[in-house]
Amino acid sequence: MACIEARGLRKAYGATVALDGIDLSVETGRILGLIGPNGAGKTTALSAILGLTPYQGELKVLGRDPWRERDELMADVCFIADVAVLPRWMRVSQAVDYVAGVHPRFDRAKAEALLAKTTIKHTSRVRELSKGMVAQLHLALVMAIDARLLVLDEPTLGLDILYRKSFYDTLLNDYFDNSRTIVVTTHQVEEVQHILTDLMFLNRGRIVLNTSMDAFEQRYAEVMVLPEHAAEARALGPLQERQVFGRSLFLFDTVDRDRLAALGEVRTPSIADLFVAVIGADQAEAQRPAA
Amino acid sequence: MSIQTDIDDDLPTLPPRILSKTRPFYWSVRRELWENRSIYVAPAATAAIVLAGLLIGAINLPHHHLVVSMDDSSPGKAAGIPFEAAGAIILIASFVVGFFYCLGALQGERRDRTILFWKSLPVSDLTTVVAKAAIPLVVLPVVTFAVIVVTHLIILAASFVILPMVGFPANAMLTQFPLLTTWVDLIYLLICLSLWHAPIWGWLMLVSGWARRATFLWAVGPPIALTVFERLAFGTHYVDAILRDRFKGALTAAFGSTMDAKGHLHIDADHLDPLKFISSPGLWIGLIVAAGLFAAAVRQRRYRTPI
Repeated sequence: MACIEARGLRKAYGATVALDGIDLSVETGRILGLIGPNGAGKTTALSAILGLTPYQGELKVLGRDPWRERDELMADVCFIADVAVLPRWMRVSQAVDYVAGVHPRFDRAKAEALLAKTTIKHTSRVRELSKGMVAQLHLALVMAIDARLLVLDEPTLGLDILYRKSFYDTLLNDYFDNSRTIVVTTHQVEEVQHILTDLMFLNRGRIVLNTSMDAFEQRYAEVMVLPEHAAEARALGPLQERQVFGRSLFLFDTVDRDRLAALGEVRTPSIADLFVAVIGADQAEAQRPAA
Repeated sequence: MSIQTDIDDDLPTLPPRILSKTRPFYWSVRRELWENRSIYVAPAATAAIVLAGLLIGAINLPHHHLVVSMDDSSPGKAAGIPFEAAGAIILIASFVVGFFYCLGALQGERRDRTILFWKSLPVSDLTTVVAKAAIPLVVLPVVTFAVIVVTHLIILAASFVILPMVGFPANAMLTQFPLLTTWVDLIYLLICLSLWHAPIWGWLMLVSGWARRATFLWAVGPPIALTVFERLAFGTHYVDAILRDRFKGALTAAFGSTMDAKGHLHIDADHLDPLKFISSPGLWIGLIVAAGLFAAAVRQRRYRTPI
């Protein structure tokens, strides 16, 4: 059974279409990166998945309708919106007590063990903690919940690079296994590239790319081409060309590796570079009829 | 079907701890008390101020003044004045606390975006709103009762010291102003007020769930506007009368009352009349309206997003 299954998922706020009928299917045990520019519809998609907003179309999360069966669903789904939503007046001990009080799948000992690895004091209020510590606290609470689906919406926003790195490392090493599914949105795509199993680009409410990371690595190639081969490379129809230190970097979609190897050094592009190429092209296309 | 699915099906899923249905409710009420300490701090602080005032007054005021009031035809009534005054002031303070608590109850969590945290946990909107409604309906009356009783006991203890100094036997006061009966009356009054005021709390909660800002203006503006409009357009006072009745009608409904020759209503606070209260249409109409308002507040909690 797919963890998340959507068909024709649509959501409009007045005249603004936030989600324009997307289809998606996320199998259990995957880590999906949902990447898109601001206003692409990422947060709307996550809100629909979490049952925070009504929508049109079909959507099933863990076999349930998230809007109508939200209360039951939330026992199996965890959610970190961004680091700022823990109540600032709350003490760390109160946060642990509260989640232990209301959540049937919360393992208090595990949360305590995770907190013991940090410098967070039980008597501190959230407002007294640094941003990074709040993220650690939230992650400790969430990781102690035996959930099937974890949704992360910009979980590392505003954190320094040490906290960001340890956030994802902890998540991957101490939490993730094949029975769980993670959906993450972030603008810091370079940092999630190595943990994702699937990648989805969203722009203007539509899915513009949907691939597993294995397929991504086979399909896309970045080639550093010497000037004398540049014309030859252009003939192969690259997605994007940019200049770096006097050489041309070409990004190709499904072009034979051997032919590319003849042009220069071939490597897997970063998600960020592909994002710029794909979304940039999509944006340009959107502006053309208007111009 | 994919391989992952098969693995998933074979994995033993941990049996969730069995939580009773009331546990999320209990913890939701606790978290309201953590967040809004004014629920018990404000009535207690009011009591402290009243007590300090009474004490300093008793020392400062010329003693003959006290003696004169004691020599009155009904000394018991005079002895009861500080008790009743303290109780009334604490009661009003609790109402004010409830008023502002309700205005912030559903708006605050949207404004600071913590609603995203609360909603990430398996606590339904209904449980949350009922827990919040329980603050003015149940928790505040209980707190008010406790604070008033403690205040009475402190006044009583002080009276034993002060009254003999002005020549009034303190134990006589107990027989003339029976505290235990007063407390039973107080419990009755608090229950009646809670039920009678339910639509006020419901209205405030709905405004809190709906308004993006200026909850106070949205809460008091429309009722005032309606009153003024009715007066100007039709020259009548029905809205005004309904609003007044909702604030203080509980007293006439819950206690025996007599009409004097001039047509003024006198409430006899010693005469509890539960039958009259239960059979008054105002109570039931109010409860039905309150149920509707709270249901609308639950719907607001479900639909509204962070501000």
